[in-house]
Order: sequence, then C-alpha cells, then structure tokens
Amino acid sequence: MAKSKKPPLGRRGFLKGAAAGAAALLAKPPVCKAQQAHAQRPTAPLPSARQVAFETAPPPAHADVYTTDRPGADFMVDVLKTLNFDYICANPGSSFRGLQESFINYGGNKDPEWLTCCHEESSVAIAHGYFKIAGKPLLIMAHGTVGLQHASMAIYNAYADRVPVYIILGNEQEINFRRGDVEWKHSVQDPASMVRDYTKWDDSPISLGHFAESAVRAYKIAMTPPMEPVVISANGQLQEEPMREEDRRRLRVPKLTLASPPAGDSGAVLEAAKMLVAAENPVIVAGRAARTPHGLTLLVELAEALQAPVQDRRQRMNFPSRHPLYNSGSIPEADVILALEIADLWFTTHQQTPINRMGMINRSLIKPETKLITITAGDLFSRSNYQDFGRYAEVDLALAADAEATLPALIEACRKLITPDRKRAMEERGKRLAAQHQRNRDRDFDQAAFAWDASPISTARMAAELWNHIHKEDWSVVSDLNFVSNWPARLWDFDKYYQFIGGQGAYGIGYGAPAAVGAALANKKYGRLSVNIQCDGDLNYAPGVLWTAAHHRIPLLSIMHNNRAYHQEMMYLQDMANRAQRHPDQAHIGTAITDPDINYAMMAKAYGMYSAGPIDNPNDLGPAIKTAIEVVKRGEPALIDVVTQPR
Amino acid sequence: MKLHALVFLFMAPLLAAADQGPTGSAANGKILFTKIGCFECHGYAGQGGGAGARIAPTPLRAQDLIRYVRRPPGAMPAYTEKVASDQELTDIYAYLKSLPPPKPVKDIPLLEKMKTRQ
Repeated sequence: MAKSKKPPLGRRGFLKGAAAGAAALLAKPPVCKAQQAHAQRPTAPLPSARQVAFETAPPPAHADVYTTDRPGADFMVDVLKTLNFDYICANPGSSFRGLQESFINYGGNKDPEWLTCCHEESSVAIAHGYFKIAGKPLLIMAHGTVGLQHASMAIYNAYADRVPVYIILGNEQEINFRRGDVEWKHSVQDPASMVRDYTKWDDSPISLGHFAESAVRAYKIAMTPPMEPVVISANGQLQEEPMREEDRRRLRVPKLTLASPPAGDSGAVLEAAKMLVAAENPVIVAGRAARTPHGLTLLVELAEALQAPVQDRRQRMNFPSRHPLYNSGSIPEADVILALEIADLWFTTHQQTPINRMGMINRSLIKPETKLITITAGDLFSRSNYQDFGRYAEVDLALAADAEATLPALIEACRKLITPDRKRAMEERGKRLAAQHQRNRDRDFDQAAFAWDASPISTARMAAELWNHIHKEDWSVVSDLNFVSNWPARLWDFDKYYQFIGGQGAYGIGYGAPAAVGAALANKKYGRLSVNIQCDGDLNYAPGVLWTAAHHRIPLLSIMHNNRAYHQEMMYLQDMANRAQRHPDQAHIGTAITDPDINYAMMAKAYGMYSAGPIDNPNDLGPAIKTAIEVVKRGEPALIDVVTQPR
Repeated sequence: MKLHALVFLFMAPLLAAADQGPTGSAANGKILFTKIGCFECHGYAGQGGGAGARIAPTPLRAQDLIRYVRRPPGAMPAYTEKVASDQELTDIYAYLKSLPPPKPVKDIPLLEKMKTRQ
C-alpha cells in the first residue's frame, strides 16, 4: 500500500486549528542571550517571547484546539492487549507518548501494567529475566534512535539466549510531526536496522491495519523456536492522529495462533535412539534444552531410560542437581554425545590452551570414533554478522529441531529399542555414575571448607549461609552463578524449573540486576523467594533498576558478590602482562573498583530499598540474610552488600 | 622391593636437601600473593575457585612450585624470572605453607547439615 501524500483528515484539521500557533513557531522569534546559550543543549527550549505572550496575554476571541476521543494509539492498545502481555517496561520517550497515554488512560494501565524503568537496557533485561520464569514475553517501549541504542546490548543478550523480547519502537516518520531538533535527532528512516543483526523480525507499519497484522505476526515469530527478539516501529503520526471513521468500522485484530515447535524428523530420531541405546558410555550435554518445566521432566526421563549422565551447561534449569546422573560421566570417555540446544558444542569437545598472544592450541577431547548427535533449533535460524553461532561443529547426526519438542519421540524410540541385556548394562552404568556423582558431591563439600572463615568472605561460605535461610522457602535463584564458582549449584538441591534461569546469553554485563528484577516480578504472583547473587560490576551499569524494584514493590533478595573489580578483565590484564613479562602488579589499573570502595548498601538505600552491609566478617552474614528475608517476605526488595573473595 | 628400598635410602638425603631449598618469608609472600595477582584466580587464601585450582595447603615442594609457575602447561600465564624472582616465589610458597588446613566438613555444622540433608 502506497503511503498517501495527503495528510490525513485529523492532521489537516489540527493544522488549520493551530495555524496561528504554528506560524508563530516557524517564524524566527527574537531570543534573549540566555536562550541562545541554551540553544546548543539537548534540552527542552525555553518558551519564546511570543509563546510567553500567548500564555500571559488576554486570550483571543477564538482559537481552534486539537482534540480527539479516539487516537490511533487506542487501536494499537487494543491490538497489543490481545497478545496478553503482563507488563510494559519503558523509560519514557516522546516518540511513544501517544501510546503511553493510551495504555494508561484508555487501557487502564492494566494487562499490561506500565513499569517505570531508568534505562532501556534495564527494560529489555527485565523482560529477559521475566520470560525465563513466566514463559511469556513482556512488552518493551523504546524511544526512537537513542532508546533503541540504549537497549541494543540487552537485545543482543536476549537474542543469544533464545529469549523473545517484544519491542515497540516509537518513531516520528512523518517530518511534519517532528517537534523541533530533538525529534529530528531521535527519528530514523529504517528504525530496526541498528538491531536487525540480532533480532528475528521487524517491521515499520504505515497504517493501523498494517500495525495490527505486523504486531500479531511479530509475536508469533518471536514465540516460535528458536525464540528471539522482534521489533515493531510505532509511527508517531499513527499513534497521535484520530482514527478515521472508515478505519473505526473496518479495523480488526488478526487471530493469533502460535506455531507448534519444530520436532525432529522421525527417521533421524530413530537413528539417534539406536546410537544412544547401543552406546557404552553415552553423555547428554544440555544447554538451553529445557524451555519449559516439562523440558526438565523429559530430560530426566531420557537420562533415566538410558542411565546416561547429563552434563548441564546451566544455561537453563535442565536437570536436578542432586540427581545421581547429574554432571557425571566423561566427555573424553564418551562413545556417543547427545548435545541438546548447545551453541558452543565445539568448546565441549575441544580444549584450548593459550600458548602465546597470537594464537591457541586446540586439542580434541574426544576419541576419533566418538559419535556426535545434535538437536537444536539453532540450525533453523542463523545470522552472519554477529558470531554467536560459535565454531562449526563436525557432527554425525544433526536434527534441526527444538530439543524439548523432540524429546518425547526420542524417549519413546529409546524405550522400544532397549533389550533386557541393554537394560542390565545400563543399570550397571547407572550405579557407576551414581557413585561418581556422590564422589563429586563429597569433593565439593570438602572444597567448600577451604577459606570458610576468610575475609573477604568466600563465595562457598556465602552460598552456604544463603542456603541455611532459604532452603525451607519456595526459592528461585534469579542470577547466573558462574562468577561465584557455581557454588549454589554444587551445594544446593536444585530440582524445580523455576529455581534457576541461566545467564546473560551473550555474556553482556549489565544483564544481572535487571534480569533478576524481571524474574522476581514473574515469581511474585507465586509467592516465591527470589534470590539474586549480584555482581558489583554488573550493578554499576544501570543501578536505577533498584529504584524500579523498590517503586513497584518487587520482592527480591540481592546478595552482592562485591569483589570490588571487573574481575574477569583483571585476570585477562594480568595474563597479558605476564605474557609480555612486565608488571603483573598493575592489573588493577582500569579493572579494580576501589578507591573509593562503593558502598552498595548506601546505594540501595538511596534508591529506597532496605539494605545492610558492607559485610566482610562471615559470621555476620547469616543474621543479615535472616533479617533481609523478613523484608522480602513482606513484599519488598532488599540488598546485602557482601565483600567477597574474587570467585 | 629390596631394590626400591635401597634406592630410597640412597636418595633420601638428597630429597630432604632439595625440599629444604631457599628459605621464604611467609609475610612477604602474603603481600606478593596479592600484588602479583595470584589471588585473582586462586583466591586470597589459595582456596581456588572457578578460575584457578586450590593451591593451599600446597602438597608441592618449593622447587616444584617454582618450576610449575615458570612453565605452566595449562591456562595459567607463566611467571618468568623477569616478573617474579625465585626468592619471591619462595616467599609465596612459604605463605601457602603457612596457611592452616581447613576444618573437616563434619566440624563445620552448617556444611555438615547441608551435606547430610536428603
């Protein structure tokens, strides 16, 4: 449909009514020196002398005003409400002011409810965390060029983590609607181009009917595995202009029918089952295998049917941490490896040893005869620019399919192939693996005893003190655990899907705090105790999310892993210095977050949140956690600043 | 067996002498352990973590530790003589040796409670 060159009726009416005012604004008014000084700043201009006169002089006998009882944004709200979003995450922006007003006043600020966010990166990461608990995307509103630029890193994280994020991007496409220089700077010809490399689909509708169809299509695309972010541009003119009479009669919201996830081809499934059942030492490696709670159940069924170990990459809550088949087995000894939704399989089957600053030695960890089977929806969707797809993996059988959707057929096929002899062999294997699991567990507890009374507090001690106060609650860990040596996963009993949500996706720092808030928001209606082990470097990207949690009464216990550094980078810097054989004592420059130390308890308090700390005596930690949990159970967020060992 | 015993008797004084090696300062070793970045991967108490192995209490002899850090076979960056002298590494060794062994899990009530909970 060609874009009409004629301004719509509503717009024409507005221009007629506002002719005098517009003419006044277009004419170059005399400005005082103070106004000239402000003219270069990206702030709202001071009112001109003429505008001041309008508002202070006696009013004219007649002035047309621009009003409507049915802006286009109302219909957009009708459309978006059918997609069943619970919340909208947004930092305010003029390019979606029409939609914001309609959501609040026409939509009643309910289903979805507006969340005030302090940064678009926070908006997206909140939605990222929310999805991994609720299984539903949130709606993000982002403002033109600058808002999407702010959001972009978090969108990339969601993309790499296979999380659907639904973004409505305000944009003033019609030049006559742009209010001054600010809106020219914030408008863009091809809005989604800056994130197109790491979104699944986008569109810039030019009519309300177009918006309706694209909005529903975008949701369907986002929710079909591999699930990914989508962007729909909401033209400011469409939002703010009155709906035309003929539009009111004919506009409708298309029906949404989600596509069933792609399951593996039956022949390939049977072949995979034959290889797995015949294997003497199969290993299952799980990445984002469990998309839903049912995925965890299915993976347990498959592992138990085969008595095969599951090595969990902890990108989702794939497998119970105390199950005898959890994290046992051996990749080098495996004869068949089944990789479920693994983006970095090459790094599972290879070891890299840095030898100098220019290259690496790569060594295969597996035997030449080991068979590799992959099941991943990642084979169905690739982009070329960003390299999140990882190194090419040479495999023997590749199922381009969603792992969770394929598991029922694979389990059934395996069960049919298991003979009594194979069953006996598998049971013997299961006993060996259970013993290995127990040895691993004993080793972890022995290891946790080291530095038990140290200050800064060991991350094992912090995990243990946390467990002591939450294990009788219905808890949910809403943060990644890699930066604390995975201690909770090694010491606690994770057995429910919502007890862990994985990590950033693209390892983009700044995800942690907002994702935890989003996941906690999703846990809120179930009364779960959300626990966030919060890295200090991560929190400093956009700490305003603490205010969002306090303002919206989102119950969340945050325990700072305050090692006072961007520690990963400190290690890299020291590595480089050692290789150059100079000054390994300078690795703190540009990486340490000290002098002054940041007091995160004071930061949280400033944002209106209960807080305690900084705590560096391990004996003080337990009582502080107990008190903070009481606050969280009252429905509020709380933060404890804990000064910790590096990892 | 007899041959092995004879070899051991012959070698024992040499091993003992080698184990004594140069004397290190645990106090200076503690400072160096932080200053040159050992703590970054191994923790301030050498307890290890996600990025590095537990190295305290160390079962190695001083010269073994020095030989390892000069030419580590794994991911650890090498500490050549230009960035850490033998004496400095010996001081670090003395610090690691000075660290007390951990209490057994059964003597840490919280850990024991976690471990035995089914």
